[in-house]
Amino acid sequence: MMARTRLAWAYLAPLLITLALVAAWPLLRTIAFSLTDANLSDLSQWQFVGLANYAYLLSDPQWWRAVGNTLLFTLLSVGLETILGLVIALTINAHMPGRGLVRAAILIPWAIPTVVSAKMWAWMLHDLYGVVNVLLMNLGLIDRPWAWLADPTLSMAAVVLVDVWKATPFMALLILAALQVLPLDIYEAARVDGIGPVKSFFHITLPLIRPALLIAVIFRSLDALRVFDVIYVLTGNNENTATMSVYARQQLVDFQDVGFGSTAATCLFVIIALITTAVITLGRVHVSASGNDR
Amino acid sequence: MFRSLGLIAVTAALLSASATPTQSQVTVSISCSSLGIELELCQEGADAWAKQTGNKVKLVATPPDANERLALYQQLLAAGSADIDVFQIDVIWPGTLANHFVDLKSLIPAEDLKDHFETLTTNDTVEGKLVAVPFFVDAGLLYYRQDLLDKYGKKPPKDWAELTETAKAILAGERAGNAQLQGFVWQGRAYEGLTCNSLEWVASFGGGTLIETDGKISINNAQAASALTLAKSWIGTISPEGVLNYAEEDSRGVFQSGNAVFMRNWPYAWSLANAPDSPVKGKVGIALLPQGTGQGARHAAALGGQHLAVSKYSAHPKEAADLVRYLTSAEEQKRRAIKGSFNPTRKSLYGDAELLKALPFLKDFEAVLENSVARPSTVTGAKYSRVASEYIRAVHNTLSGKGTAEENLAALEKQLDRLSRGGKW
Repeated sequence: MMARTRLAWAYLAPLLITLALVAAWPLLRTIAFSLTDANLSDLSQWQFVGLANYAYLLSDPQWWRAVGNTLLFTLLSVGLETILGLVIALTINAHMPGRGLVRAAILIPWAIPTVVSAKMWAWMLHDLYGVVNVLLMNLGLIDRPWAWLADPTLSMAAVVLVDVWKATPFMALLILAALQVLPLDIYEAARVDGIGPVKSFFHITLPLIRPALLIAVIFRSLDALRVFDVIYVLTGNNENTATMSVYARQQLVDFQDVGFGSTAATCLFVIIALITTAVITLGRVHVSASGNDR
Repeated sequence: MFRSLGLIAVTAALLSASATPTQSQVTVSISCSSLGIELELCQEGADAWAKQTGNKVKLVATPPDANERLALYQQLLAAGSADIDVFQIDVIWPGTLANHFVDLKSLIPAEDLKDHFETLTTNDTVEGKLVAVPFFVDAGLLYYRQDLLDKYGKKPPKDWAELTETAKAILAGERAGNAQLQGFVWQGRAYEGLTCNSLEWVASFGGGTLIETDGKISINNAQAASALTLAKSWIGTISPEGVLNYAEEDSRGVFQSGNAVFMRNWPYAWSLANAPDSPVKGKVGIALLPQGTGQGARHAAALGGQHLAVSKYSAHPKEAADLVRYLTSAEEQKRRAIKGSFNPTRKSLYGDAELLKALPFLKDFEAVLENSVARPSTVTGAKYSRVASEYIRAVHNTLSGKGTAEENLAALEKQLDRLSRGGKW
């Protein structure tokens, strides 16, 4: 038994060492820096300041603004992406000519690097020479050009829309994969029992794809909570849309304040960890509860 | 454009390969900004040096946004990276980055250095070390549409109130034909460009320069507040709401496509606005930025410009310094001025007949420089980016209607006071 345990540890060792090197070490280093006043221009000179950085961060209204922006962004973008992804997946799951082509085509937004697509959208959303305003004006939907990226309220909507445009294909693809392994006989039985398509969607399809849906939502939420690129390219450090990552970067890079920036990064990590745990726990409870019903 | 750059690079590589090098070849890499045609000009200049000396150059394109370029440089330099030998730095960075650069005093001939404006070489001297050599000098300018002003019998505005009036009058007459036309475009995005734009307004109203050279925080005053209140009144009337997210190239895009009467921009926009494919070619005039009103009103232009520095982590500091010498030479600065309207930093070029013909504003430029407003980067040192960020926030909030100028400036003063520990910096 001892020998088996030792062997097991030996097999696990490479994985554990790799994880410690690429995940645990940087994380611990960031946490260590968050307790100091280190500066990027000279990392060898620093002093231990205890929890002073944390106290300052928690009293900074700009940080809470960034937390609020991040949560709002996550809620809106992941919500829209889930609904649209579901609709698209159900549509392309149907047997129709050219299905393969459509599936490949919807992946294009996901395949473009975010910085490139965000810059593209920044030009398209430009208030005077952007194509979006021209189209909307020609269609008569708006009477004067909208300042998509400058207006404090519109700018959040604009970054959410760009993120939805980009990430919906990912959502659709994950849901489509789940849809394709669903057993067809259940639907046949439902049809024999005279159950309509709407009812069979909510009572058969949705419960069966819930695990896959949950994983897709967690993936997207993690991405959305640490969002940086799309927002930074579209609106820079503007506090109307600045997220936690934008805030942390400004401290770390623009202000060279490694100590305080690490504090912001650590808090970002804690918030994401808490939310992920909550989503997984709630999701599990729900799955097992619906399992008990049957 | 990228394809032609590649072609130039390949040709240059072939040419330099066929030339017989007298000494062993080294590769010097240089970082250049990519605002407008800067990158193209930098490539041509560096290639010419490579051909002359038998060395090779590698061009590293960096973001046109100054804040991002500084962040990139700080990361590279903090890591002691030898990847870039020659850095193109902003006029406000020598203090921040001085520790990472070599002293160029012994590497550049003294008679070469004497020709540059003294204010600029002083700016580049940190604790007795010459950390950079002036490359070109910038100051904010007012661009206007000569044809539209003529049509309405207007003259280039002397003060901001006149600019507002003229813009309104022209918009009232022209909007029927072109609904897209704007009165005045500038740089209002929350970034360093807004620092320059708003300091120009504040200084032109006699409202000081945010932090004075002795470290005193001067921004919370009535003239500064009336300058910002005036700027706020432009938004939605003579300036589009979108101006709050415009950087240099956004404003140029609007102006150059014929959709603005006035534009505040740097000199680089001149040669582009007059390029053969420009819709406003030959219709553009240029003037000093308008004065404010009230006590101490004056013309004020933010001092900008770029300088070249050699990294102390460079493996070839001698060759790198020689590239700097070549790129800042009179001949190269003249070429850049004619082709890209990048203003020379050498006094001798301001009397050059050929240059004066190509750049009509050059003869007044010494006056512009005298009136220039330096950002408070020297006095605030390493804290500058934090100061600028707080200032930008106060101005941007005022412009987008979150609080009045008075409220935001009072809050800013408190914040800066805390940051500087009572103006001691």
